[in-house]
Amino acid sequence: MGNYSSLENTAKNIRISIIDMLKEAKSGHPGGSLSAVEILTALYFKEMKVDPQNPNWADRDRFVLSKGHAAPVLYAVLAEKGFFPKEELNKLRKIDAMLQGHPDMKGTPGVDMTTGSLGQGLAAANGMALAGKLDGKDYRVYALIGDGECQEGIIWEAAMLAAHYKLDNITVFLDHNGLQIDGANEEVMDIEPIDEKFKSFGWHVIKIDGHSFDQIFKSLEEAKNTKGKPTIVIAKTVKGKGVSFMEDVAGWHGKAPNEEEALKAIEELGGRKDG
Amino acid sequence: MANMIATRDAYGEALRELGNKNKDIVVLDADLSGSTKTALFKEAFPERFFNVGIAEQNLIATAAGLATAGKIPFASTFAVFAAGRAFEIIRNSVCYPKLNVKIAATHAGLTVGEDGATHQAIEDLSLMRSLPNMVVLSPADGIEAKQCIYKAAEYNGPVYIRLGRSKVPVVFDEDYKFEIGKGVELVEGKDITLIATGIMVEKALRAAEGLEKEGISARVINISTIKPIDKDIIVKAAKETKGIVTIEEHSIIGGLGSAVAEVLVENHPTYMERVGVEDTFGESGDGGVLLEKYGLSVSNIMDKAKRILSK
Repeated sequence: MGNYSSLENTAKNIRISIIDMLKEAKSGHPGGSLSAVEILTALYFKEMKVDPQNPNWADRDRFVLSKGHAAPVLYAVLAEKGFFPKEELNKLRKIDAMLQGHPDMKGTPGVDMTTGSLGQGLAAANGMALAGKLDGKDYRVYALIGDGECQEGIIWEAAMLAAHYKLDNITVFLDHNGLQIDGANEEVMDIEPIDEKFKSFGWHVIKIDGHSFDQIFKSLEEAKNTKGKPTIVIAKTVKGKGVSFMEDVAGWHGKAPNEEEALKAIEELGGRKDG
Repeated sequence: MANMIATRDAYGEALRELGNKNKDIVVLDADLSGSTKTALFKEAFPERFFNVGIAEQNLIATAAGLATAGKIPFASTFAVFAAGRAFEIIRNSVCYPKLNVKIAATHAGLTVGEDGATHQAIEDLSLMRSLPNMVVLSPADGIEAKQCIYKAAEYNGPVYIRLGRSKVPVVFDEDYKFEIGKGVELVEGKDITLIATGIMVEKALRAAEGLEKEGISARVINISTIKPIDKDIIVKAAKETKGIVTIEEHSIIGGLGSAVAEVLVENHPTYMERVGVEDTFGESGDGGVLLEKYGLSVSNIMDKAKRILSK
């Protein structure tokens, strides 16, 4: 096991930023943002080749937030990384602001694809991976999809395409927190066995604890070493992770915390410290 | 008899020519490459051709991803699936981020023929025209179709190009130069104006000949850019002739007729009649016979022109 104390501190700050910005915005999606914090932190603060000073750098690694409603975690990470000033976070979802309710690639530096309508991001990520292969570039493409999102037909159209074109330069994370707006996946529309589904679609499948940096980095290594097929990392996560009263509660999918709830959440997270 | 070329054939040839000139051109199809004629590109540049299978949503979203990485994707399938089934993908993943994706949709309109109503797109112009950032092209013949493809490739942003299945007479000379957003006056006239798009341009020309024999001077305008539409040429016609007949192989709701009506109402209201599919679905049958049955005929154009002139 490596020492991930610095990344863990970054993840904590990301969580606090998420709570802060949603409190200010008075609407948005905390649950599915908090469940993906370690995945995005690992990607942006260690794994991916990106340059905040040159966000459109042609050879950069790409990240597509296919579950676009988790925009707060992406915005918090991009701001922490220096793609844009942190002051922008508190203007989320407000009139004339740079940060839209769902990611807008033309308005926000560092956002590689406009998303929000579920399923489309994965297919777009495939397009980026195809272009990389065509140009002989070695950049990698990452995408984050949700478990409820796997109910969209286009996910499976895209899953077929990635395997058919042997896109081993794409790694998809499935943020498997088990909950969607109307309740648990298995009650709304069961997606299991999701690992077998992707396997039978021709993908290399890895299952991990999505809050363990150690397991995330091991899966990334394994994905890079997997040739001739795309890799999906099924990351078991907890919706609302880190805030006791939000954890595993579907009601926190798309509801912002009020002042009091935000204060309590940030206190639980240990408050903001630098370092 | 005039030279006959289907606009989809012209598309395939133009793609192949573009492929030579520009290595960033890539082509995607959804299992219809023989019909859409993207197969011509596939044969010449197999490494730059991607068949996505029968998956039109994926067709468009994959194209969007390719465009983010600097490619110029042309995505093709039948118009009913491109504009209809993939509509929301076009809206959110292409038009909203203004990505450089070209959607060349073939088999538009009633002249799909025998396949029947399920495959006859009569609302695609309406759907595509409603999207911000979208340029909508509807060429009249093979020569203009090629020009539209070249200009679409040069233009940076989403373009929808409406193409047909059937062979249609050539109306333009080889040296014709198409410009996005510019209508073309094909025949001078002072009594009435016929504004047509797509394969109906040739019928408008014949209607003008018929009207001339009856002593009526009809102006004929080709509008191949449905959006952004050429307001000046429409307003000028409204000022200089008694009224306007619009003619399209599309529903009278939302397409050329509506676009022209919007310009007229806000700038120079005048008499207007619309020739098009009158809020109904098509059916199986020979394409040419279908056009007659649904009122997309030379005689109907002449009747509507005379109706305005009798007012």
